Amino acid sequence: MSRLQVVSGKGGTGKTTVAAALALALATEGKRTLLVEVEGRQGIAQLFETETLPYEERKIAVAPGGGEVYALAIDPELALLDYLQMFYKLGSAGRALKKLGAIDFATTVAPGLRDVLLTGKACEAVRRKDKSGRFAYDYVIMDAPPTGRITRFLNVNDEVAGLAKIGPIHNQAQAVMRVLKSPETSVHLVTLLEEMPVQETADGIAELRSARLPVGRIIVNMVRPEVLDAAELELVRTVPRTAVAQSLSAAGLGGARRGGHAERLVDPLLAQAGEYGERYALEHEQRAVLGELGLPLHELPLLAEGMDLAGLYELAAELREQRMS
Amino acid sequence: MSKDPALAKEGTRHGLSPARVLDLDPLLDDRKTRIIVCCGSGGVGKTTTAAALGLRAAERGRKVVVLTIDPARRLAQSMGIDSLDNTPRRVKGVEGDGELHAMMLDMKRTFDEIVEAHADEDRASAILNNPFYQSLSAGFAGTQEYMAMEKLGQLRARDEWDLIVVDTPPSRSALDFLDAPKRLGSFLDGKLIRVLLAPAKVGGRAGMKFLNVGMSMMTGALGKLLGGQLLRDVQTFVAAMDSMFGGFRTRADATYKLLQAPGTAFLVVAAPERDALREAAYFVERLAAEDMPLAGLVLNRVHGSGADRLSAERALAAAENLEEPRIVDQGDGKAGLRNSPDMYGSSESPAAESPASEPPASAPPAPDEGSPAATQDTERRQDPRQVSEQEMSVEQLTAGLLRLHAERMRLLSREQRTRDRFTALHPEVAVAEVAALPGDVHDLAGLRDIGNRLAAAHPELPEPDAGV
Repeated sequence: MSRLQVVSGKGGTGKTTVAAALALALATEGKRTLLVEVEGRQGIAQLFETETLPYEERKIAVAPGGGEVYALAIDPELALLDYLQMFYKLGSAGRALKKLGAIDFATTVAPGLRDVLLTGKACEAVRRKDKSGRFAYDYVIMDAPPTGRITRFLNVNDEVAGLAKIGPIHNQAQAVMRVLKSPETSVHLVTLLEEMPVQETADGIAELRSARLPVGRIIVNMVRPEVLDAAELELVRTVPRTAVAQSLSAAGLGGARRGGHAERLVDPLLAQAGEYGERYALEHEQRAVLGELGLPLHELPLLAEGMDLAGLYELAAELREQRMS
Repeated sequence: MSKDPALAKEGTRHGLSPARVLDLDPLLDDRKTRIIVCCGSGGVGKTTTAAALGLRAAERGRKVVVLTIDPARRLAQSMGIDSLDNTPRRVKGVEGDGELHAMMLDMKRTFDEIVEAHADEDRASAILNNPFYQSLSAGFAGTQEYMAMEKLGQLRARDEWDLIVVDTPPSRSALDFLDAPKRLGSFLDGKLIRVLLAPAKVGGRAGMKFLNVGMSMMTGALGKLLGGQLLRDVQTFVAAMDSMFGGFRTRADATYKLLQAPGTAFLVVAAPERDALREAAYFVERLAAEDMPLAGLVLNRVHGSGADRLSAERALAAAENLEEPRIVDQGDGKAGLRNSPDMYGSSESPAAESPASEPPASAPPAPDEGSPAATQDTERRQDPRQVSEQEMSVEQLTAGLLRLHAERMRLLSREQRTRDRFTALHPEVAVAEVAALPGDVHDLAGLRDIGNRLAAAHPELPEPDAGV
């Protein structure tokens, strides 16, 4: 099991939720995990129903069996100062840099550097050991940028190593790439059973593979329960309206006669079933496309009541059951 | 308030002034509308909305260009263009007198074009060949925002189109593209650029002494940090770009002002989900803070039901009612497994056995016409074996239809709650609701359909053939 788990996916597929559930699942049974947010959206704080996360590793949840989940929202500016301090002992020069606006430049105007800091910080957490020589975190889970940007994001240090051919930045960039391209890292993609996210997942996997980044698993999120099966959907097309009306009436929903309550329900109910059928067919198609990608597939259910903390634990249990963790 | 909690709750809901309806056609038809910016978080259908609005405006007689940032291949294909590029291409098949052009932002190309247009040949090639420039322009996150604004400015300056519809980059922090000019400004006004530009100037005037110490420490630190060769690359790049920075800023400022001008309308796009609407609320607040003209909220993928008077609870109760006789019939402990098809292959459920046993369309499975439904039901309870297989499958199907409906109603009420929360926070924002589509858009007809849905006031009463 890789120690750095990177979770990406198209916008709107719920990658933050999946990353959080994975952090919980991996923490089960006394493990300690770190959930890292890199996009500054405070999605983790909202999911765990806690206040805004500072740039500080903070315990946010306890997993079943005594494990702990820590969270860190990386602030690029603070990360840069941190990084200067840690690697180059540039304390006062770091402050001078800040005065000159170099930090602003590095973290906003030259955006590639921002990605360097974010990946660098995550890799640092992966490698960090405590005094007894044990890893500080058993797993680090990153809520990463969306699929369209993930390869470039993870590969930024390759680019940097090419730009800065010598010096500490070069060495640091190479050290980060060594972690990211090793089996220590695993990049998972979250998708929905819809055409566009599935297409993007396929494209993302191809990109990751050509950059030799380790692709992990596909997690299909928000899978709807099967209410009608194929045979029933076939029947939807052929069933006489009167029979359905009578059935509805028998169930206590009013008169089956023309204009009766039950009778008036028939058309809208059949229309809803027709839509369901269309979606059902589409989902089957997309599942087949995903199947051809040759990666382990996991499915997480759509939670009827929307996403909340209880739901998060439910999804974590689901991931454990499916041996994702 | 009423003592009845249920009534009180109802009261609160209706007490909210219903969201103002955003009427999009007048906005599209108004010749004074020159720019429409669609913003919103990822995955809410922003690009599709931009394309659908562009098509609708074109078919209502306007000459439109749609600037997309990162369209899915499908969407480009739906406009009949296999791969969109940095030049606006005319979309074929548009009805009426208007025109629709579409393009996709190519960051590197846009950046290169600026360099080529604003620097003499030698300097341009020095910049284009600089390694630092090459990786900066190739599209690290952030460059996209600058270039989108640059392109918008260019399109507007060409004055070939009377309406520009812009899709915005899927930014990490919602409105990065609004910050782009300011950031550039603070960089250009900052001291760093002077350090980078003039490391040689250090030393000299007494009044500059403190700064000079800082500067030499700075270049030293930068050199140590970046490595001498990268620092040189950066310095060469900044020096070569120096003459162009002023132009960048002037244009960025002009574009920013253009966004605040009366001819611009912002549309915040969202889906009725908690995260998307939270993000939308943030956009609304941010736009107000920046004096950007907000036209309203486009709420995509809103679900409706033609049978919304039947509540989820009643539908479920009725479904159970229909399934009950068979549960009795099945006896022993299997009752709870009723819903998993593979568990009752041996029972009398034909649907589970094989699709072939379904009733043909021509043969109505209705039992004796005369007896009222209620009596049938009682009879069935008494002797389940009299019920025909066909009737059983219809009952099972009806139960399924009811469960499906219950699910739909739960979704509806969840969407309603999320929407109400937004409306309570921002009652001033007009909303256009777009009914959910079961599938994706594949062609102009699909985009046109979305355009119709966008312009329709309410998704709750769709045309029956729209499949909602």
